[in-house]
Amino acid sequence: MKSALIFPILIPVLTAAACLLSGPNRTVQRAISMTGAALLFLAGIWLLREVHTAGIIVVQLGNWPAPFGITLVADYLAAVMVAVSGFVGFAVAIFALADVDAGRERFGFHPLYHVLLMGVCGAFLTGDLFNLFVWIEVMLMASFVLLALGGERAQIEGAVKYLTLNFIASGLFLTAIGIIYGATGTLNIADLAVRLRDESTAVPLAAAMLLLGAFGIKAGLFPLFFWLPASYHTPPVAVSAVFAGLLTKVGVYALIRVFTLIFTGMPEITHPLLIWLSVLTMITGVLGAAAQYEIRRVLSFHIISQIGYMTLGLGFFTVAAIGASVFYIIHHIIVKTNLFLIAGAIRYARGTNELKQLGGLYRDYPWLGVLFLIPALSLGGVPPLSGFFAKLALITAGLSLAQWVAVTVALAVGLLTLFSMTKIWAEAFWKAEPADAPPHPKKAVPVLMLIPICTMATVTVLIGIFPSVLLDFSNAAAAQIMNPQLYIDAVLRPTP
Amino acid sequence: METLLAFVIGGLYATSFYLMLRRSIVKLVLGLMIFSQAVNLLIFTTARLTRGNTPIIPEGAAAPLEPFADPLPQALILTAIVIAFGVLAFSLALMRRAHAGLGTDDLDKLQEGEQ
Repeated sequence: MKSALIFPILIPVLTAAACLLSGPNRTVQRAISMTGAALLFLAGIWLLREVHTAGIIVVQLGNWPAPFGITLVADYLAAVMVAVSGFVGFAVAIFALADVDAGRERFGFHPLYHVLLMGVCGAFLTGDLFNLFVWIEVMLMASFVLLALGGERAQIEGAVKYLTLNFIASGLFLTAIGIIYGATGTLNIADLAVRLRDESTAVPLAAAMLLLGAFGIKAGLFPLFFWLPASYHTPPVAVSAVFAGLLTKVGVYALIRVFTLIFTGMPEITHPLLIWLSVLTMITGVLGAAAQYEIRRVLSFHIISQIGYMTLGLGFFTVAAIGASVFYIIHHIIVKTNLFLIAGAIRYARGTNELKQLGGLYRDYPWLGVLFLIPALSLGGVPPLSGFFAKLALITAGLSLAQWVAVTVALAVGLLTLFSMTKIWAEAFWKAEPADAPPHPKKAVPVLMLIPICTMATVTVLIGIFPSVLLDFSNAAAAQIMNPQLYIDAVLRPTP
Repeated sequence: METLLAFVIGGLYATSFYLMLRRSIVKLVLGLMIFSQAVNLLIFTTARLTRGNTPIIPEGAAAPLEPFADPLPQALILTAIVIAFGVLAFSLALMRRAHAGLGTDDLDKLQEGEQ
C-alpha cells in the first residue's frame, strides 16, 4: 500500500487546518489536536509495517517519473523516524494539554504544533534535496513561532539567536543546492547518488562541506551548537520537549542520508572529519552541561553531547556503526523528550527549574524521582536500560575499527553524563529544600503530565529488557542504508 | 557575465556576513536580507545566463528551441524567495520585540540564557 507514505504528511496538515478553522474554542481545538496526533502515531506504525513487509516504498507525486517529479521515499530509517516522531508527537500533545496556557492555545499553539510535525515527517520522507529544504523550512517556521509564542523576554531573546543561526544554516543549505544543481542538473537524491557517488572532485567536496555546515548547525554539532542551549529552555516545556526530541534529529537524519548516499566518493576526507567533529561535540556538550544549574539547560547541553554519539556512528561508516547510530537516535528521542517532560513536571510542582532553588522533591514526590531515574540512568548508559545497549553497540563498532580515541571519549562522556544526571538527582530530589526557595503550595502533578512520562519510561525499560528486537531492526536499517543501490533502484526504476 | 555575477555574489556573501557579525540588531536583519538575496542570485547563476527562447516546447517538437535558459532554478528561487520573505517578516517582528525589551539595539546585551 503506497498510500501509507502520504498519510504522515496529510494527517498533520489537515489537523492544523481543522484547528485553524475551528475558531478560538479551546475544547474543540484540543479534541482535534489529540485526534490528529493519535492518527499520526497510527499512520507512523502503519508505514513501518508496510516498509517491513514490502521493502522500500516510493511514491512519485503526480505520476511524474523520477528524477523529474517530486519523490517520497520510505526505507527502514525514514519509516522508523516517522513512527517515533508520531509516538513522541502524541505523547507531548497529551502533556501539552496540562502544560500550555490558554493564551498560547488561543494564539495558535495547536495548529503550529501540527505544522511542526508535518515538517518533521516531510523531511524524513522526501527523496529530493530541494524538498528537504522546503520541509525543513516548514518545520523551522513553526518552531520559530512556537519558540516566541507567549512573548516572554527570555523567549524573545532565545528566539533571536535560534532564528539567526537557523536562517544562516538554511542559506548554506540553499547555496549547496545551487552548486549541486549547477554541477549535475538534478536534485533528486537517488539520481544524485548515481552521479556523485564515486566523484572525488572539488565541486562535490565543496557541496558536501556546505551541507555538513548546514546540517551540522541544525543538528547542533561542534562548533555551531550554541544557539541550542541559548533557546531550548525558554518556551513552555511541551514545546522544548518536542524540539529536544525531534528537531536536531532531522539534522542528523539529513547528515546520514547525504553522507551514505551521495558523498561517499571521498571517505578519507569526509568521514574522519565527521569522527573528529563528533568527538569534539561530545566533549564540549558534556562539559558545558557540568557548568549549568538550570535543569533544562543541563539537558540541552546533553542533547549536544548525545548528537556526537549519533554522528560518530556515521563517521565510523560500517554497517554495525550506522546500526548503532539508528538505535541511538531512537533511544535518544524517547529518553530526552521524557527528561524534558519530567523537568516540566518539576517546574509545575515547584515553579522553577533552577537547581539551586530546588530540593526535597524526593520527600514530596517519591514516584517522580523514580520516573526521573529511568531516563536519566538510560541517558548515562546504565544497564539494563536502552542507553546502555546504544552505547555498547557503538563502542563495539568503534573497537572493531581500532578507533581508540573516539571510543575512550565516548566512554568518558558517558561517565560525565551520569555525573550530570546525579547532579540533578542530588540537587533537585535529594538535598533539603533551600530556605530561599520560592513559596509553592503542595499540589499533585496532573495525570495528563504523568501519562506521557510513564509511557515513555515504560518504553525505555522495554527496550532495555528486549534490546535484540530494536538492535536487529537497527542493523537491518543500517544494512539497507549501506547498500545504496537498493534506494537508487527503488526510486529510479519503480515497478508498476 | 557569469564571472561578473560570481564576484557580485561573493561580495554580497561577504557583506552579509560582515553585517551579521556586527553587534547591532538592525545590521543583523540587513545581513540576513542580503544573505538570502545572495543565495538566490547564486541559484539564478547556476541556470547559466543564456539569452534566447522561452523554455516552452513548441508543438510537435521534443525539446525547446536552443538557446534557452534552464527554467527550473528560477522556480526554485521563487520558492526560496517566498520562504525567505516569510522568515524575514517574522524576524522583523521578533527583532522589534527584542529591541523593545532590551531598550537598545546592542546584541551583546542579550541575556546569556539565564532567566
